[in-house]
Amino acid sequence: MKDFIIPWDDDRDLGTPAAHGEPVTLTIDGFEVTVPAGTSVMRAAALADIQVPKLCASDNLEAFGSCRLCVVEIEGRRGTPASCTTPVAPGMVVHTQSSKVRKIRKGVMELYISDHPLDCLTCSANGDCELQDMAGAVGLRDVRYEAPQGGELANHYAVRNTSGEANPEWQCKDDSNPYFTYDPSKCIVCNRCVRACEEVQGTFALTIEGRGFDSRVSPGGPLDNFLTSDCVSCGACVQACPTATLQEKSVIELGTPSKSVVTTCAYCGVGCSFKAEMQGDELVRMVPFKNGQANRGHSCVKGRFAYGYATHNDRILNPMIRDTIDEPWREVSWQEALDFTANKLRGIQEKYGRKSTGVITSSRCTNEETFLVQKLTRAVFGNNNTDTCARVCHSPTGYGLGQTFGTSAGTQNFDSVEHTDVVIVIGANPTDGHPVFASRLKKRLRAGAT
Amino acid sequence: MKIYVPLDSVAVALGADELAQNIVDQAGVRGIDVTIVRNGSHGMVWLEPLVEIETEQGRVAYGPVSPDQAGDLLDGKLSSLGAVAEMPFMARQTRLTFARCGVVDPLNIDDYQAHGGLSGLRRAVQMSKSEIVDEVTKSGLRGRGGAGFPTGIKWKTVSEAEADQKYIVCNADEGDSGTFADRMIMEGDPLSLIEGMAIAGVGVGATRGYVYLRSEYPVAIRVMRAAVDAARAAGVLGKGILGSNHDFDMEIRVGAGAYVCGEETSLLNSLEGKRGVVRAKPPLPALEGFLGRPTVVNNVISLASVPVIFERGADHYASFGVGRSRGTVTLQIAGNVKHGGLFETAFGTTLGEVVNDIAGGTASGRPVKAVQVGGPLGAYMPVSKFDTPMGYEEFDQNGGLIGHAGMVVFDDSADMLKMARFAMEFCAVESCGKCTPCRIGAVRGVETIDRIAQGDSSATELLTDLCETMKDGSLCALGGFTPFPVMSALTHFPDDFATHKEAAE
Repeated sequence: MKDFIIPWDDDRDLGTPAAHGEPVTLTIDGFEVTVPAGTSVMRAAALADIQVPKLCASDNLEAFGSCRLCVVEIEGRRGTPASCTTPVAPGMVVHTQSSKVRKIRKGVMELYISDHPLDCLTCSANGDCELQDMAGAVGLRDVRYEAPQGGELANHYAVRNTSGEANPEWQCKDDSNPYFTYDPSKCIVCNRCVRACEEVQGTFALTIEGRGFDSRVSPGGPLDNFLTSDCVSCGACVQACPTATLQEKSVIELGTPSKSVVTTCAYCGVGCSFKAEMQGDELVRMVPFKNGQANRGHSCVKGRFAYGYATHNDRILNPMIRDTIDEPWREVSWQEALDFTANKLRGIQEKYGRKSTGVITSSRCTNEETFLVQKLTRAVFGNNNTDTCARVCHSPTGYGLGQTFGTSAGTQNFDSVEHTDVVIVIGANPTDGHPVFASRLKKRLRAGAT
Repeated sequence: MKIYVPLDSVAVALGADELAQNIVDQAGVRGIDVTIVRNGSHGMVWLEPLVEIETEQGRVAYGPVSPDQAGDLLDGKLSSLGAVAEMPFMARQTRLTFARCGVVDPLNIDDYQAHGGLSGLRRAVQMSKSEIVDEVTKSGLRGRGGAGFPTGIKWKTVSEAEADQKYIVCNADEGDSGTFADRMIMEGDPLSLIEGMAIAGVGVGATRGYVYLRSEYPVAIRVMRAAVDAARAAGVLGKGILGSNHDFDMEIRVGAGAYVCGEETSLLNSLEGKRGVVRAKPPLPALEGFLGRPTVVNNVISLASVPVIFERGADHYASFGVGRSRGTVTLQIAGNVKHGGLFETAFGTTLGEVVNDIAGGTASGRPVKAVQVGGPLGAYMPVSKFDTPMGYEEFDQNGGLIGHAGMVVFDDSADMLKMARFAMEFCAVESCGKCTPCRIGAVRGVETIDRIAQGDSSATELLTDLCETMKDGSLCALGGFTPFPVMSALTHFPDDFATHKEAAE
């Protein structure tokens, strides 16, 4: 059996969410795999490092079963079930590759590509496109569909048809949102954006308009665009999109990132982890980090898109000092600034005593920053005058927690909200104040908590 | 004088409402005291409006009676057809499910009971849940909506599931072309459906039922709603049904006109007020159905067949039929035939017997070319397959499907390439848009068949590949079964595809 402990920086998409049942052992492509009951065949395969082609599945969304690429064969079962919607069973024998499923996958990809613009080289998702990856994975070499003589090949990507008339299926690109664009001509209707908006973010801003071939993603009603819709720009849909249909404007402008750094968002106290995706030292986009324990791959508009301040002209890039409040600021070297600060603080302590200084940190500081500041206070200033702003806003909860549990710190992590049945919110507005946690909370409420 | 004038949609379309009014008016002129009973149809569509007059010798039928013949009818100037039950089309039927249809006043509980109604439910409320489920299993009843899944197994799953609430959902979204059995029984004998649903409720422990009825059936909607009210007033529905300690109540919900909402999971989404798209299975509706609760989703005919199973016993019902297809099949004969209508008979009759003998061949008098059995997703059966017995397995082995048992007959003037194109077009129009093979495939199917029609020889292989992708890859039966009519047309009638090719060359 393989070692299924996932390294912390492994953010592969396993296709469907984790399950928590009793262990079940099955065989996939000759490998014995043991996973919790309720796990999909697709996820079990992914855990064993066997990739089943997929387009509509993502492990932060419930299985949907629409793309039909992930079909597999299961011994003793009829047909070719989708591996994303089929739960594992003890002793099940799964084959993820056979001439039959290969033929289906290729047939489905041929249909997809017959309604997709072939502009890969100039597409903003070039190199970062699951549709492109899957066309490669299934070995699509030819698209045989073509228009009958004197007719049209129905499609969503051509502005005008061959006789120069407007293509009724074509819709123009929606760039009303400041951070991303929606290009219906590239949409494969996998519903991942709609489901992410519902299941992950809980805003329900997106839906599918029309049916059959006419089905298109729509923000709000027919007259809405993304900006006028209920969209809160959390970015979950953009992240979920396997193509360039929903794409960050920064990626359209700059191109695909070449490296990434995991970091923590400092906008609020939730502490969401992000991958800062970069080209050299230039930030291309912030993508919520899947293994972040606070956000589990979700984000709000602030951490996801509102990072312009990092390179804003108003940003202070060098230390500045002044002796008195009526003097102008003076830009100085780090050495001079540190010396100045140290001297001033030491001066106060010499004059008024060791306990005359103290520090306070913001809830927007990371734990690491707050730790360093208290270390400085105790080791250098020689006193215990260290505190955070939580003393003020959390004084009632801190007192209550201290009395009840013996410590004023939180006794639970954010993940535990997924197991809670009753939630009491006092004096807080999570949707506004801590949106990412609010999304996780509301997800639980939709599952039946009160 | 008691006169029966059907309220059935077919009869109404042929003037029954006007006729009923004219009879009342003409009777007034003649000083005759008439009582009009709006009954269901007996199912002989070519004789509608079929009117019956109650006489000392029993009910005497006349038909078709046009609205302007009301006076002649009263004056005895029309030649009679005799008793309906003795007419050849009726006499050779085995009417179990449709025994009361056309006979009774659809909304009269006393009339219903006088014809055996409610005796099944009376028996069922005395039985345990498992006894009820066993009885259905023993009867061999299978889903009449098309899939042919054993009803008893479905009920058992729901019955044994643990939940605070369970539901009975009746699929009355009868969208298949050439089918009308659901409509006929809802209009002609709605109480049997209500009784069947109540028995299902008692059997699985469900206290709420819904009939998802298509908006295109205004008469059925009206009759079903009135029948539910009548049943509630008579204590058949509500708390403590028929004085037992079982509760069961139901309501009629109207669909919004999507074929795919006849697919059970789309139907459940639509019933919940959501977009009518197909859900992936598992979870099965029997475990997570309406509002996530265990739900029996059965077709109208399946549920309406339940009362007679409990009235006469499972063994009686199972004594009819062939192989694993037990009981009766409610054939709906349509298209180019002399005698179209509802023909209920034991499974096992051959296709040829139905088309040539019962339906009397084509209305045009030309030779039969093909019969599409099972709605728009059913295969075109050529004359060479006419010895196929009506049975789920028997049809399956011959590349066909019984579906909802609708059959549309075509004579030799039919162009099977056009029929294949229509199948793809139908799928394209009705696709919910969720899965790729159906959403894009159906549109490509129409284009590819157009290429074949233009003589593009490479397109035939592509069409075959496409049908394979749709059949094996689609999420539900809409995309999955559209290849049946297309491929059966291509396989059995290659000339219709080759002719176009040669013409183009």
